[in-house]
Amino acid sequence: MGKPSDLVQGTLDLLILKTLSTEARHGWGIAKRIQQLSGEVLQVQQGSLYPALHRLEQQGWIKAKWLESETGRQAKFYSLTSAGRAQLEKETASWERLSGAINLIVQES
Amino acid sequence: MRWRDRLRMRIEMLFRRGRAGGRLDEELRFHLEQQIAEYVATGMNPEEARHAALRAFGNPAALRDQARETWNWSGMESLLRDLRIAARTLARTPGFALTAIGITALGIGANVALFAVVRSVLLKPLPYTDPERLVSIYEGDVGGNHPQWSPYLPVDAGSMKDWQQATKDMADMAFVSPWQEYNLSAEGGQLPEKIDAGWCSWNYFTLLGVEPALGRSFARDDDRPGAQATVVLSYPFWKRRYGGDPGIVGKSVWLDARPYTVIGVLPESFVYLSKMVGTPIQVWTPLNHEAPPALLKVYEDHEFIVHARLIHGATLPALVERLRMVQKQIVAAHPKPAVHNAVNGLSMLDDAVYGYKTPLYALLAATGCVLLIACMNVSSLLVARSAARARELAIRTALGAGRLRLMRERILESLLLSAAGGALGLFLAWAGVRWLVETRQDMHLVEAIHIDSAVIVFAMGAIALCTLLAGLISVLGSGDGQILASLQESSRGQSAGRSRAGLRRALLVMEVGLTVVLLVGAGLLLKSYQRLRNSDLGVPVDNVLTLHISLPEARYKKPEQWVSFFETLIGRVRALPGVQAAGLVSKAPGEGWGGDTLMTVVERPPSRKGEATDMMIRGAEPGYFDAIGIPLLRGRLFTSDERLERAHVAVISQAAERAFFPNGDAIGKHLKSEFSGDLVEVIGVVGDTRWSVSVAPQPTLYWPIYGNSYSVATIVVRARRDVESFAVPVQKLISQMDPDLPVSDVMTLREAIGRSTTDSKFDSILVLAFAAIALVLAAAGLYGVLAYLIAQRRTEIGIRIALGARREQVARLMLGDGLRPVLYGLVLGLGASAAVTRLIESMLYETRALDPAVLAAVSLILLIVAAAACLLPAWRASRLDPVQALRTE
Repeated sequence: MGKPSDLVQGTLDLLILKTLSTEARHGWGIAKRIQQLSGEVLQVQQGSLYPALHRLEQQGWIKAKWLESETGRQAKFYSLTSAGRAQLEKETASWERLSGAINLIVQES
Repeated sequence: MRWRDRLRMRIEMLFRRGRAGGRLDEELRFHLEQQIAEYVATGMNPEEARHAALRAFGNPAALRDQARETWNWSGMESLLRDLRIAARTLARTPGFALTAIGITALGIGANVALFAVVRSVLLKPLPYTDPERLVSIYEGDVGGNHPQWSPYLPVDAGSMKDWQQATKDMADMAFVSPWQEYNLSAEGGQLPEKIDAGWCSWNYFTLLGVEPALGRSFARDDDRPGAQATVVLSYPFWKRRYGGDPGIVGKSVWLDARPYTVIGVLPESFVYLSKMVGTPIQVWTPLNHEAPPALLKVYEDHEFIVHARLIHGATLPALVERLRMVQKQIVAAHPKPAVHNAVNGLSMLDDAVYGYKTPLYALLAATGCVLLIACMNVSSLLVARSAARARELAIRTALGAGRLRLMRERILESLLLSAAGGALGLFLAWAGVRWLVETRQDMHLVEAIHIDSAVIVFAMGAIALCTLLAGLISVLGSGDGQILASLQESSRGQSAGRSRAGLRRALLVMEVGLTVVLLVGAGLLLKSYQRLRNSDLGVPVDNVLTLHISLPEARYKKPEQWVSFFETLIGRVRALPGVQAAGLVSKAPGEGWGGDTLMTVVERPPSRKGEATDMMIRGAEPGYFDAIGIPLLRGRLFTSDERLERAHVAVISQAAERAFFPNGDAIGKHLKSEFSGDLVEVIGVVGDTRWSVSVAPQPTLYWPIYGNSYSVATIVVRARRDVESFAVPVQKLISQMDPDLPVSDVMTLREAIGRSTTDSKFDSILVLAFAAIALVLAAAGLYGVLAYLIAQRRTEIGIRIALGARREQVARLMLGDGLRPVLYGLVLGLGASAAVTRLIESMLYETRALDPAVLAAVSLILLIVAAAACLLPAWRASRLDPVQALRTE
């Protein structure tokens, strides 16, 4: 099971924003989506997921809405704000720069 | 765009926090249910799925808290939470909390009340235009015939007119004579009355920048001898006597039986303020129209006060410097003993509050001390508490509570205490100010005192000070960081916490020191007051009633009329059943200045020109001495036919005999007035009296009131008992003789003395109250410290007793421990008093600033109270059961 520290610092925000870029999801859906897209490698801990979601919401990157979920129960769906979309692009770019740099080093040795 | 989302979020989180909390729970529950559903889908039974999901999910409460921490305002939320914790901790020890709040309330209340007074009385600008450019000018008499007089004496008309001419480029000057009186005639169903009045030069109100509320103020043309008589009314007088009649302007009123046209009414805000006048002035008349022309030329008769507005660029010292030069020339041109040789000026604000400034600042200092003591006491209590909670705090620190967080919690506790104390104190201050305004109607500007926003800001400042002082001292005093030591200490409690006790001892020394200063101040003031109360007027003061009348010269034109009126009146008063004796005098003892003049002995001309002795002058009727109880020592009193042109005889007081005739050969000698030239023969010597209780007996001369131009008289009535009940019958007698004649200053001699000691009584009672509060606080602090120390040393004491220490030895040891800081504090306080009491010297009467009796009494009281406070804990320590003390380990 991937602990929060397994995720590179700050990447959780990026992953959340990315999963939300296609459609609005609730917390459970976001966790599942990340798990699924990563081929079950990344498991997001609830202990870090919800604080991250709330932080992003407070900062205005994402907004929340209560909607009916697939099971018919009310759930809190998060979606990107326009500012969040810009933030996603910025974070993606900086992630690519960072991972590229790390790759260079790793492949060198 | 983003700022809008964030703002919305902020508002949402501020106002709908509870709902957001519910939604967070809901969100987490949804997640959990999804998890359970997933496990069920994999084939678990529901119960198992639930447990597994909870395991995977983790601690929901912790999760919720972590999410909440990311919210806006979470700093504020934790602050609120700490406040709640602090409030709960305090509520758990209500005794402590109430004590601390009560102490703070006393300290803050006293300070806020005094600040309100100081602000309104001393710091608020006067209700005039540009008041900072207004000054009052007085004369002084350096090395003159009355060295005990103040440096601010009234000015003579001759000097003030010369001054005006000589300083036209520096200041505008106006003249006022604020101690005039008129008989206002009966009119429109109102009784006649005597009213306090002021003469003023026409430019006085324009100089101050006071616009009349009705009509106009004086014009140059009103202010000359031949002008039509005009009068300006004060607002309260207009309201009271004329019911605020707006048609009053242009009407006539009768003053001293002469018609005056009312030309205006002053605004409500206008009050005449000077150190010279205690009673409000009710009407104003133009000076040059009212004053006798002779008075306006002389340099020897001092009847005026000069108020000036400095022209831009001029300063008060420069103005006074110029006036001193002028006065020097005047003295050279008129070398007479009654011509004053010095000029002194002060700002009009200082003039208005002259005589209150020192006492008020002294009181403020006293309340400041009380507040400091209160803070120390509260912090001492907090230190004791945190010592008692050392273990709790150590455990919390060990569990990871941040040091700052714990500190904040303690400061918050202190804030809560201070704020509650401050709120209560503000209420006390409000009540105190109400009380003050009612008790001290005689104080200038007293009606302006109230609690306003500045006072509330001051109260908040005081609260903040208390919070920081009490909180920080307690935080610093309880050395955190030594968690292990605390944990160990409390498990093996021998001589624990010595350093903390040391801090509390130091606080205690300061507390005792401040208390001593307050006690010494209170003792000195109280002694002064006692001296004043007991100072001997020279006559028996019980059962003597006085009433004042003044015959208007417009209707009583000739001295013969005055004499016959007085004679008939006093005869009728004596005939009233129950009256033991009655007499007439121009001014009774203890009731005020009443006039003076410089005198020389004709048979022994002064060796040096200008040498003369100042004498109080009284007109008296032959029966007066017997009625008031002044003993005849030598010679004889007047006979009733020594009147009018035969009235040139005088009876002098013992002090006068000492001054003029040290050989006791007064009888038959002649005295001459330096001012009027009147010549009188001394026929008798009588006992001394005082014109004011606080002034030593002055040389006094009595001459017949039947003659010597007396149209005023004080009726003195002595009865065996209930002398007050004669006030109405005597007034009835007077109104039968002249229904238009007002009677004023109806009071007993006791009341007159009471009035002149109000200040002293007030100051001494207040300071005494503060000192008592301080003493109680110090005693409580002492008790607390010793009780705490002994609790800490229980084991040690137990061991001592177990090893054979006798109980009185233990008690003595503990008592010594408690009294040592008291002794240090006493020495410190006595030292400080020596420096501080000099500042209140001007408030003392016949009492030295370092009165040994007061110092001894203070030391004794302090030691007794301190010993009493220490006795109980020491006694308890000596009764300690060693077995129990050692077993509680």
